[in-house]
Amino acid sequence: MIELADVHKSFGDNHVIRGISARIAIGEVVCIIGPSGSGKSTILRCINGLESYDRGAIRVEGRLVRRDADDIIAIRTQVAMVFQRFNLFPHRTAIENVIEGPVYVKGETRRDAEAKGRNLLARVGLADKANAYPAQLSGGQQQRVAIARALAMEPKAILFDEPTSSLDPELVGDVLTVMRSLAEDGMTMVVVTHEMGFAREVADRVLFLDGGAIVEAGPGRELLGNPQHPRTQDFLRRILHPI
Amino acid sequence: MPQGFWKDSAEFMPILLQGVGLTILVSVGSLALSTILGLGWALMRVSQHAALRQTSKFAVNIIRGIPIIVQLFYIYFVLPDFGIALSALQAAIIGLGIAYSAYQAENFRAGIEAIDPGQIEAAQSIGMRRFLIMRRVILPQAVRIVLPPYGNVMIMMLKDSSQASTITVAELALQGKLIASSTFKNMTVFSLVALLYLCMSLPLMAMVTWLERRFGRK
Repeated sequence: MIELADVHKSFGDNHVIRGISARIAIGEVVCIIGPSGSGKSTILRCINGLESYDRGAIRVEGRLVRRDADDIIAIRTQVAMVFQRFNLFPHRTAIENVIEGPVYVKGETRRDAEAKGRNLLARVGLADKANAYPAQLSGGQQQRVAIARALAMEPKAILFDEPTSSLDPELVGDVLTVMRSLAEDGMTMVVVTHEMGFAREVADRVLFLDGGAIVEAGPGRELLGNPQHPRTQDFLRRILHPI
Repeated sequence: MPQGFWKDSAEFMPILLQGVGLTILVSVGSLALSTILGLGWALMRVSQHAALRQTSKFAVNIIRGIPIIVQLFYIYFVLPDFGIALSALQAAIIGLGIAYSAYQAENFRAGIEAIDPGQIEAAQSIGMRRFLIMRRVILPQAVRIVLPPYGNVMIMMLKDSSQASTITVAELALQGKLIASSTFKNMTVFSLVALLYLCMSLPLMAMVTWLERRFGRK
């Protein structure tokens, strides 16, 4: 479904992605973990062309991702994204946020899109918040609307960029529950996260990134339970026992 | 208060009100034109094409660098030499509209650039193209940021419409001057003129205050 082949990327002199290769299969849930500055968000943003890359190739269903190419729109409608800071449209209600893409990008009728949108809001547990504006919602609720907005595009995969990192701790659970149910329904997901519990239980595979490269990869339980590489061990020790 | 103030006022008022009509016409016309032009400059300024950006920057600087009165003279007195003859009213609306488009452009650009880049990324991530992002995501949010300063531009414009008098548009200021110079009742006439301007600008100021309270913060 998503293929990365020797991807490199620099911001000026800063070589942030140093040759990442990976394949993500249909229905697979892959979590990307690693210290800040390891390039996790950057590589995620390269997959749907929000960021360009310098070398290598990224393909989505065989189609080369290039930020400036005309078919980037087609790729983005297949690979949705959920952001750390939600990025809901503040001037539109929850349901308007959800139907924006279906109506204005995919050309669905407002009525069809709204019916589907309401189902999606129900699915993320926010049926009663359809007419609320983002400012009236908690962070966790906003992020669930953002997930519904991503789902409304009927994507083949969803990229999550630290979806719980700007949430108050008590609101993280609701968002993770929604993500877990998506995984159970077979959605292809790439999740940059610091939620090790989620990675262990939900991810088919975990990639540990450091210094812009994949240091270690493996099934969630194995990699997190019994890391082989010293850098992985060191990182996990610090995450799990911060004090 | 000078003798006969009320009597004179009653006599002058109908003429001055004609001037008010033209003042409003010039203000509204040039406001509309400057808004459209200013938005055009601003959109060019944030375009991805360097040529459009440079053109806009150049044009705005030229407009800002020339006094309004000179622009009015140019349009009214010089353009006829090129076969473009405009009525004084048309020239005033076009001249003030162009002159103010530069300020509008800067205001609009600031509003557009104040939008969180995350908004643009979210719009891109659901497959929106540049034009759609501008129309559905950026401009509706920029309007809220731009409205309070836009209200101030309206007030400035109302007052600067008096510059149309320099190219013979008989708006409020010029009507006042004409009456004063034929009756020598300077105090009465110009007090009335000032009061009439205030009657128009004070409500506008109240509106700006309201806009600032409604949209300014957050």
